[in-house]
Amino acid sequence: MNEPASLWTILFAAIFTNNILLANYLGMCSFLAVSKEIKTSFGLGSAVVFVMTATTALNWFVYHHVLVPLNLVYLNVIVFIIVIAAFVQLVELIIDRVSETLYTALGIFLPLITVNCAILGVSLFMIIRDYSFTQSVMYGLGSGIGWMVAILAMAGIRQKMKRSRIPRGLEGAGITLIIAGVMALAFMGFNGIL
Amino acid sequence: MSSRERKQFLAGIGRDNPVFVQILGICSTLAVTNVLRNTVVMCIGLCFTLTLSNVTVSALRRWIPGRVRMMVEVLIIATYVIVVDILLKAYLPDISRELGPYVGLIITNCIVMGRAEAFALTNPPRLALVDGLAAGLGYSYVLLIIAVVRELMGSGTLWGIPVMGSWWTNWTILAMAPGAFFALAVFVWIVKACFLKPADAPVPGTGGKPS
Repeated sequence: MNEPASLWTILFAAIFTNNILLANYLGMCSFLAVSKEIKTSFGLGSAVVFVMTATTALNWFVYHHVLVPLNLVYLNVIVFIIVIAAFVQLVELIIDRVSETLYTALGIFLPLITVNCAILGVSLFMIIRDYSFTQSVMYGLGSGIGWMVAILAMAGIRQKMKRSRIPRGLEGAGITLIIAGVMALAFMGFNGIL
Repeated sequence: MSSRERKQFLAGIGRDNPVFVQILGICSTLAVTNVLRNTVVMCIGLCFTLTLSNVTVSALRRWIPGRVRMMVEVLIIATYVIVVDILLKAYLPDISRELGPYVGLIITNCIVMGRAEAFALTNPPRLALVDGLAAGLGYSYVLLIIAVVRELMGSGTLWGIPVMGSWWTNWTILAMAPGAFFALAVFVWIVKACFLKPADAPVPGTGGKPS
């Protein structure tokens, strides 16, 4: 980064042109496995937006105020994954106590999220790109929303496709990857707006 | 090698291949395959982590409490990933920079976690070693094939050396994000159509996370 990018640019870049899923390929596993129905995709998507924003903020603090002063930067991956796992566990406990409806909507997706590479990826990208705190939060939020947009679009397309005839070998993962490719092409079209 | 070990080894490379049968570890499959050199480094890193974490989890399997086993597995995996990361930074700084976060992301690579959870926890270290190595090699050769295709057709080079000559027009799209999806999809298609019998094929789309 030569000059500090404005917050809105970071947000829009994370959602559209630099979509965490379609441009950086992160979070593919849960994307392929869960994107069969719009409802479940929405649940997982909102959980990702929430956890991603919060853990990015937390990890920024941990990195700049704990790891850097202690000269333990090389441990960053292990610390980030612990922060993410601990945070997810905590949120699960709180949601379980506070609201049952929210728990049934989001709770089941939370354990899945700990191992979602997009969450850890965002924290690592934030360090590599040297974002400030507000920039990091914006980036986390944007990436979460971008991931959700992508999985919702994919779920919509897959629901429509249920009765289409697909070559045998392409069924399941193959056709989903091709759709993701076409979506990535479409999202590249957003390059012009920034 | 006993017959059981041989069977486990062949399964990891063919019928139970982590990439094109179980559709695991796709993130890095797509991300690093635009340049062959990075792919080779990534594959070595993954094989190293996968084999050693499998052996370690297996050796400790009697002492790992069931309730926190995921956390213990993650910590074991993360330790090896950090070793790989530091080695790369020290000896191959350029490649380390190009791979960016993807080395660290080996931690969340579902293949590593999946093998630890599904195999190493219930099997002795020797078998776990074979299993880890097989899954790693199964992952590696798929990545190498895709990387060769993408670099050759996308940039007209192999290992950074131009080989296609001036008559070749680069398919730039293959070196970019959408090309990765298309390349993997076509690969899965070919393998499924030619080599896998319908009875072997798992239910599509169930290759999720071990959670």
